Amino acid sequence: MDVLVILIPVSLFLGGLGLVAFYWTLRKGQYDDPEGDARRILNPDYDDAPMPRDDEERP
Amino acid sequence: MSTTLDAAQDAAIDSAAPVRILLSLPGIHCAGCIASIERDLGHHPGVESARVNLTLKRASIDVSPGVGADELVERLDRLGFEAHELDPGTLSRGAGDRQERDLLIRLGVAGFAMMNIMLLSVGVWSGAEGATRDMFHMISGAIALPTVVFAGQPFFRSAWASLQGRRLGMDVPISLAIVLASGISVYETFHSGPHAYFDAAVMLVFFLLAGRYLDFRTRAAARSAAQELAALEVPRASRLDPDGEHEVPVADLAVDDLVRVRPGGRIPVDGVVTEGTSELDRALLTGESLPAHAGPGTALSAGEVNLTGPLTLRVTAAGEDSSLHRMADLVATAENARGRYTSLADRAARAYSPVVHLLALMSFIAWMWVSGGDVRLSVNIAAAVLIITCPCALGLAVPAVATAASGKLFRGGMLIKNGTALERMAEIDTVVFDKTGTLTLGTPEPTNLDTLDADTSAVAAALAQASSHPLARALAARLTVTPAAIENVAEVPGYGVEATWNGQRVQLGRARWVGAEPEALTAAYLRIGSAAPCALTFTDRLRPGAEAAIAALRRQGLSVRLISGDAPGAVAALADRLGIEDWRAETLPADKAALVAELTAQGRKVLMVGDGLNDTAALAAAHASVSPASALDAARVASDVVLLGQDMTPLGQALRTARVATRRIRENFVISTVYNIVAVPIALFGFATPLWAALAMSLSSITVALNALRLK
Repeated sequence: MDVLVILIPVSLFLGGLGLVAFYWTLRKGQYDDPEGDARRILNPDYDDAPMPRDDEERP
Repeated sequence: MSTTLDAAQDAAIDSAAPVRILLSLPGIHCAGCIASIERDLGHHPGVESARVNLTLKRASIDVSPGVGADELVERLDRLGFEAHELDPGTLSRGAGDRQERDLLIRLGVAGFAMMNIMLLSVGVWSGAEGATRDMFHMISGAIALPTVVFAGQPFFRSAWASLQGRRLGMDVPISLAIVLASGISVYETFHSGPHAYFDAAVMLVFFLLAGRYLDFRTRAAARSAAQELAALEVPRASRLDPDGEHEVPVADLAVDDLVRVRPGGRIPVDGVVTEGTSELDRALLTGESLPAHAGPGTALSAGEVNLTGPLTLRVTAAGEDSSLHRMADLVATAENARGRYTSLADRAARAYSPVVHLLALMSFIAWMWVSGGDVRLSVNIAAAVLIITCPCALGLAVPAVATAASGKLFRGGMLIKNGTALERMAEIDTVVFDKTGTLTLGTPEPTNLDTLDADTSAVAAALAQASSHPLARALAARLTVTPAAIENVAEVPGYGVEATWNGQRVQLGRARWVGAEPEALTAAYLRIGSAAPCALTFTDRLRPGAEAAIAALRRQGLSVRLISGDAPGAVAALADRLGIEDWRAETLPADKAALVAELTAQGRKVLMVGDGLNDTAALAAAHASVSPASALDAARVASDVVLLGQDMTPLGQALRTARVATRRIRENFVISTVYNIVAVPIALFGFATPLWAALAMSLSSITVALNALRLK
């Protein structure tokens, strides 16, 4: 059972990482257009961000 | 995202920076649409970037100053996409957005905590003993307590508010269950008890937040839909000041201001014509499909459309006094009456709360008596009862179905504006249609062109091309002959077009002007030289899908009626074409509302479909109401559902979806009740363990959510 001393902090850390990632996606507006994002993958054009900050990022 | 947006909005104030234009695109549905729209707009001179949002069916375009929305709308129209300009001011991202993100982050935290605690709980359930179990409980508690405090806030706040109002809302038992479960678990942990309910407490918070979030999303979608509709009308007018013409917001107009209305423009305020002659489309106000003549001295009401010549009018009533505003007040009153409709969820909650509290209290008292005063055991059992009965499934029952149903309808091109609209639409047994602008598009279509000889049609085509009047444009579009060579073409605003052809005077226009007897039907009159004038008759073009929608409603066993402010001839022709037996013509706005009230008094549930100001009272009085996107603002405000595209076919599907959705909601109530009937006795007799609570809770919630998804 000594392994728990490592496993529990590890699982908490990984979960926390997921939480931080979720918060980040939320802040970046990745849930603003779920349907469009799902279809954009079929689009042959290069498109690198949900919301381009300026036109240099777009080809 | 918000930072970029805000930055862009801030930057827009700076005149050199790009301006953001918002367009509504009701017709887009696939990756191809996104790509071709973004690519095409990118090629337009002055467009810096274009981004389509498929979920909102909206495009936001950054353009350099000077590029107007009209040219973009026109460009998309050529590409084959319907587009409308939206007013960005009305659509500002407000408190709703922040609230949604707030709920979502709480949901995320609860989910994270739930998964971690569940891992530890599985350890306890599979037989961890003694010190290991206590340590697991402690770690669970360390995760659960902050989570409950943070993520449970929406419930605590609303429970507190309802207690202050001396009511027992759904949130009171929820909060009580969360607090009791956490409190008992802390006590048990420190006394090395075998059971801790941390997982149950967090799971409760998670499932309930999920329901709360879905509910909020549907409401927010409805609200943003309403906002979007309001934004469709960019409320500006051009005011004639001593130093020239200025574009001003309609709200800034005052009585006695002079306002210029160009052909094709909507009259922004009530007024009297001081200069210019033209023709008016009054269909939105009265339902008449024939254009009316306007000259100096004609009184105009806000909402009419100026057709041919520029008009200058003196404002007689603005803002609160205008006829539009009075109508809006009327609608507000009627809406209040409808607001009294109690939704299924409210009815369920009202029955539910007292029962749960009573059950928990009774189990506590009973166990105190059975166990001879063992407070710890009794409180444990009372908490288990509260947790088990806690309305996870009940909280998800309505929002999950509403989300699925409104998503389905939105994909079909319909916007649900009201939370209880689906339930009300499911009860409909009679559908009343308005004619002009609802079943028809308000666009004329010539009917007797094949009776004209070659010369007559050539002259008619030539004259029609010279005018921008809707009748003339319809003629020009349908006459495929080579236009005759005419000279000295002159448009006489408000009357028609005249010219000379082979030395003869030729005229196309109003009956009296060319010297003809006006007919009952919509018609333009053509006179060649001294020959007798001939009438070119028109019929209003049918809205696409109108026939299909009416056939679908009939198949569903609904009675269909037609009621219009137009002349009997035109109404009878349309009713005949669509096979509607029950129709009425020349009705006043009050008659329409009275008919709806009469049908309601007969015990019928009426669905009103209309677009004009004259339908507004009826729309508000009906059990449920639908209006097309082209409807007047007041009519759209009064209706529960708005058809986004031109097509009316989705209407039949909407009623069917509403009925199925209501059935699903009822099924979900049955599922959660059955689950309670099974689980409550187990809790009451003290057999409920945290494992059972967790299993039952997640099973019922998932069943309910899956049942809702069957709608798709």
